[in-house]
Amino acid sequence: MHDLIELTAAAAAERVRAGEIDSAELFDAYRSRAAADELNAFTWLAGGPPAQAPGRDAPLGGVPLAVKDLFCTEGVPSQAGSRILEGYRPPYTATVVAQLAAAGAPLLGKTNQDEFAMGSSNENSAYGPVLNPWDRSRVPGGSSGGSAAAVAAGLAPWAIGTDTGGSIRQPAALCGIVGLKPTYGACSRYGMIAFASSLDQAGPLTRNVTDAALLLRHMVGHDRRDSTSIAFPGGIDLPRSEDLTGIRLGVPEELSGDGIEQGVLDSFNATLRLAEGLGASIEPCRLAHAPHALSAYYVIAPAEASANLARFDGVRYGLRVDAEDLTEMYRRTRATGFGAEVKRRIMLGTYALSSGYYDAYYGTAQKVRTKIAEDFRDAFTRFDFIVTPTSPWTAFELGSRTADPYAMYLNDFCTVPMPLAGIPAISIPSGLSDGLPVGFQLAGPAFSENRMLAVAHALEGAIGFDASRARR
Amino acid sequence: MTDYEPVIGLEIHVQLSTRTKMFCGCELSFGDPPNVHTCPVCLGLPGALPVLNERAVHHGILIGLALGSEIAGRSLFHRKNYFYPDLPKGYQISQYDVPLCRGGHLAGVRIHRVHLEEDAAKLIHIGESGRIHGSDRSVVDFNRGGTPLVEIVTEPDFRSAEQAHEWLSLLRATLKQLGVSDAKMEEGSLRCDANVSVRPSGQATLGTKTELKNMNSFKFVERGIRAEIERQIALLEAGGEVEQETLHFDPVTDRLTSLRSKEEAHDYRYFPEPDLVPLAVDAAMLDGVRAELPELPAERAQRFEQELGLTAERAHELAFRAELGDYFELVLAANGGTDGDAVPVAVAVAVANWIPQLVERIGSDADPAHSKVAPAALAALVAMVGAKEVGREAAREVLTRLVDEGGDPRAIVEAEGLGAMRAEDAGVAELVDRAIAADPRAADQVRAGNLKALGPLVGYVMRESKGRADGGEVGKLIRARLLD
Repeated sequence: MHDLIELTAAAAAERVRAGEIDSAELFDAYRSRAAADELNAFTWLAGGPPAQAPGRDAPLGGVPLAVKDLFCTEGVPSQAGSRILEGYRPPYTATVVAQLAAAGAPLLGKTNQDEFAMGSSNENSAYGPVLNPWDRSRVPGGSSGGSAAAVAAGLAPWAIGTDTGGSIRQPAALCGIVGLKPTYGACSRYGMIAFASSLDQAGPLTRNVTDAALLLRHMVGHDRRDSTSIAFPGGIDLPRSEDLTGIRLGVPEELSGDGIEQGVLDSFNATLRLAEGLGASIEPCRLAHAPHALSAYYVIAPAEASANLARFDGVRYGLRVDAEDLTEMYRRTRATGFGAEVKRRIMLGTYALSSGYYDAYYGTAQKVRTKIAEDFRDAFTRFDFIVTPTSPWTAFELGSRTADPYAMYLNDFCTVPMPLAGIPAISIPSGLSDGLPVGFQLAGPAFSENRMLAVAHALEGAIGFDASRARR
Repeated sequence: MTDYEPVIGLEIHVQLSTRTKMFCGCELSFGDPPNVHTCPVCLGLPGALPVLNERAVHHGILIGLALGSEIAGRSLFHRKNYFYPDLPKGYQISQYDVPLCRGGHLAGVRIHRVHLEEDAAKLIHIGESGRIHGSDRSVVDFNRGGTPLVEIVTEPDFRSAEQAHEWLSLLRATLKQLGVSDAKMEEGSLRCDANVSVRPSGQATLGTKTELKNMNSFKFVERGIRAEIERQIALLEAGGEVEQETLHFDPVTDRLTSLRSKEEAHDYRYFPEPDLVPLAVDAAMLDGVRAELPELPAERAQRFEQELGLTAERAHELAFRAELGDYFELVLAANGGTDGDAVPVAVAVAVANWIPQLVERIGSDADPAHSKVAPAALAALVAMVGAKEVGREAAREVLTRLVDEGGDPRAIVEAEGLGAMRAEDAGVAELVDRAIAADPRAADQVRAGNLKALGPLVGYVMRESKGRADGGEVGKLIRARLLD
């Protein structure tokens, strides 16, 4: 049984399809590990494999999937890490989850997350923090912390999460796995409980690059229920590349120097040398507006969130705290249902959109966003990919940063520019620093996922990261 | 006392008669059991996303073209944020600074803008008050939530309540002619708010305006505006000042009560709706919609007036109610007028004059096309009157019969013996003799040259003949008998 867990998802799917493994047995192996979860990675677990096993020809072979709690799943709790949605069971399933189920990846369980995807440590969950499988005194990153920890610990073969400012890539980095944020619009957002609509994207969290490609292949596509989704040109290929001849990598000085932990920088630089060894050229580049990305992000995302979260008003679903009149009912419901970070961002966003402040905050932030996108566009005329460390530091101690929201926001320093520009980025493990995983990030032009996965695959082979310790 | 000039602008909300809602596939309905036309999108469930209804865009463009607006090649949807139980997402998707249509005019009133948005759901308050405050509880019916709306905003070009009322009738007729809305104020498919201010005559700057809400009929719009003009003038005359506020009109008392002051005005925190892409209207789409534009009521009224010789009043009466105008033209077509032939003015005027008679009999809201009176039947009746084959009085009776039973007017005239009596008929001469014998005093007065005294004598003959005789002819006959 331990052998089953050691298989990558793609390899497991292959074995199921070849008739060498029974998909129900595979499901149960993971289910029993997840049921014994000591990391608090799951908020809900399926009772067993689906009544109707995926067919032999199902491309994902019945390999079970862990799904971030904010994806709506019909009849199954979908609480987005919030007290306000405690016990909420949606009447429909998110497009991405439905597509993956149809391709043969049944729902294993729902994973813990920062409330409404707001956070970088998974400490903002109403259902308790998630522990990092590499060191249980440390955070797994966030907001898709449950998905990242579950995959890293071998509680799930693979998982999906969402990334708004780094919520897939940063926890993937801190947990030593692969996390990919696709091009904005590549995956349908229908059924994803929204944080910031112009930034949110679903993506895979997997043990390796091939698994990420396989999962992504069945996530992308135009959805008539999401006007911002686009058909992915040509679909997703499985990466095979072993070398990087002719690949030009740009290293933005703004995102690879000041403020980044030495151990992280060392791992990053070592990876650059490996890339050179595989034939890539490495050159410094400028992303002049990138240092302003965090400020722009913390105006735009809260502004959108302040509207997206208005529907949690106690009228139709979720928590209601009754009161004498309507305004008081709203007040008590939201005061009780939302956590501190969510309230902080609703206040920030409401303020940024207020009459008289709109131009100064939201308007300026949108201009910065445009500048950041232009910086990337310019950079991609000279480089195939921009590379940076994913997170400025490795997993930190639980509770060590909760007192200072701004210090917590700095987690997203290297991951926030890409969603603002709508471009894809992937984080792969590049090694350990003091026994904790470090992430290496590649960002490419819109819809460059295939080339990006190919480069990540070649680098992954050269790095040879061993994550098995986290699964023990 | 100073002379004051009222300045009024209107904001009209029009429910579009598309098959489905603005941002989801739920069907539009009226009068169905509550909450049967709902889905994750129009209930504002977590994770649901809006998808724009193309037909609503089509209708919006049609309205814009009919009003002579400029149609934007690219327009944006915004979120208008406020909390209320009838607004499931906590924001309304509407258009803000980049609307679908700008400018335009209708009957001399300038249009400021026309934009698309979604309707709120319907709140029902259970309890005596009927309003949210003091109700025992309130329930929400989401059937209406998400219905496509067009908001039409005029410039402040109205100078009286009556003018606003009249113009709204034209707008309704235009919307109905376009086939984009039922435009029924009583059912809420047409709603009107008014911005009202007054200023001393001759003053160029505008006075402080108030916004009037809850005027759910054309009459209430007129009464509400009139009451507000009077209130503002009285206030100014007493040395007071008008405060900028939103007022609720009570049609029972004609009283206006404050809903909220300027200080209490909402900050809607508009920002571009990130769940929708900008709305693009290309030339092909615009040309397609333009080709569908029907003749509009204002144009039709002008044609009735100029080509058919109708009075302005009659032309408006027929053209501003599309179903009356349509029926009128069917009668003209049936009246021997073959295609291409110009209808003689006298015929057109005669037919036009009979339409109000018909409306009076079938009910002022009914469509004559759904009555038992076939256009050919009315055409035949009018022709018989013209040819003096039936008297006017008798013809009215025939029309009543047609409304009740349908059929052919000529058959009714023959069966009932309602055909006109000719002056040379012996029967008429006999009735004249009897009239003179019955009222010798009147006869004497006529002989003395007082022609007014003819009245009772003619009346006698008309009465006795049951309207079959021709009054004019009878008058001549009596005069000849008494004066020659």
